[in-house]
Amino acid sequence: MKVKVMIPTPLRPYTENRDSVEVEGNTVSELLNALTQKYPQLKRHLFSEDGNLRSFVNIYVNDEDIRYLDGGNTSVKDGDVVSIVPAIAGGN
Amino acid sequence: MTNAGVVELNREEFLRYGRHLIIPEVGLEGQRRLKSASVLIIGAGGLGSPLAFYLTAAGVGRIGMVDFDVVDLSNLQRQILHTTKDVGRSKLESAREKLESLNPNVKIETYEMRLTSENALDLIKEYDIVVDGTDNFPTRYLVNDACVFLKKPNVYGSIFRFEGQVSVFYADKGPCYRCLYKEPPPPGLVPSCAEGGVLGVLPGIIGTIQALETIKLILGIGELLIGKLLLFDALKMKFRELKLRKDPECPVCGENPTVKELIDYEAFCGITPEQTLHQSGLEITPEELKEKLENGEDIILIDVREPVEYEINRIEGSKLIPLSKLPEKVNELDQTREIVLYCKMGGRSARAVQLLRELGFTRVKNLAGGIDAWIEKIDPTMPRY
Ligand SMILES: [Zn+2]
Repeated sequence: MKVKVMIPTPLRPYTENRDSVEVEGNTVSELLNALTQKYPQLKRHLFSEDGNLRSFVNIYVNDEDIRYLDGGNTSVKDGDVVSIVPAIAGGN
Repeated sequence: MTNAGVVELNREEFLRYGRHLIIPEVGLEGQRRLKSASVLIIGAGGLGSPLAFYLTAAGVGRIGMVDFDVVDLSNLQRQILHTTKDVGRSKLESAREKLESLNPNVKIETYEMRLTSENALDLIKEYDIVVDGTDNFPTRYLVNDACVFLKKPNVYGSIFRFEGQVSVFYADKGPCYRCLYKEPPPPGLVPSCAEGGVLGVLPGIIGTIQALETIKLILGIGELLIGKLLLFDALKMKFRELKLRKDPECPVCGENPTVKELIDYEAFCGITPEQTLHQSGLEITPEELKEKLENGEDIILIDVREPVEYEINRIEGSKLIPLSKLPEKVNELDQTREIVLYCKMGGRSARAVQLLRELGFTRVKNLAGGIDAWIEKIDPTMPRY
């Protein structure tokens, strides 16, 4: 299944400046794997060395944080939007 | 927020706030609440400017501002509190002048200092609401934790380029910032506005949303962004709202908190790649670089900024390889030669130096302070941005 993943501004340099990318997968993990295979530089921004999602990056399926769904095993269906939401600190 | 009954409006204020008074949701009672409320704004910059203007105009009784910076010409593209004649002046002095002339009924209190673990609690406890308009992770975590401990609402906003985030963190009624992000990114991984840029109007939009939420909090009306994260994408002109939940394992507001007092937030957020290189002597000063170049030493000089920055200014003889392109271009570099990397201020090039060192390069150094330092020390005729 093809699902749209929204790429936040700070990570767009690693996705050829695309603000969203359509990738194939049935779960969030599959989508993120497909995404980091397509854009290998993205990987270290999303995952730590031990393969866990970094603590300053959250993944949402529609408006819900996957930490409160099924984590990486959260299944996705047609029309879902997956968002990568990293911490940003600018304000000045 | 509770003793609204005791303050009265004067004749001038009835007229000044007339458009508020005739809205049933605000009215005289609401305007009295605003007058008896106090708000502490952290940062008198991009977000702090529109925030302070609108809260002052709305008649919030007492407004505190914390900042330690002076106005720079490069601030004026977005920090609307300050004008051209304020360049070089303290931001807080400049802010006080504008705000007092906008509304002399408001008591403006300024704190010319860096917010730290030593002073944060004493300062924040004097205010009803805190609005976070800072520009760095250590201060954001500090403000969050202090607000959790003091049970104060923290109206949060942050920006990057074309994108903004807003929420109201209020641990008594919902999640806090640490429920959303347990830990900050390692220093240098997420560029700051100074490095990444910000569209001038964006802080205006995000700051006014923060002001709006602050006023709703004071008035007790409408639905607040408690438990919600509002995302704004200026290019797409889209607002999206995500759900935030209180994390039972949150280290500060969870069921078994591990952080029970303010900590060392600089240490918590880690030392920057730039500081690491400085400590291990892997940097070169502008003066040293100039001497080497003049002596005709064999140096590969690499500019890791973006093409648009390179167009504005560059050190003669440098080659442009933007940081994001470095991994794919690394094969073009000769490991045996001396390499010096630079960017605007030394942050991005420090990451580039680390990257090359991880790949086995041993003769790489970071230009301390970047091209900004080069302009200051070596060539003041070069354009700055
Ligand atoms: Zn929390």
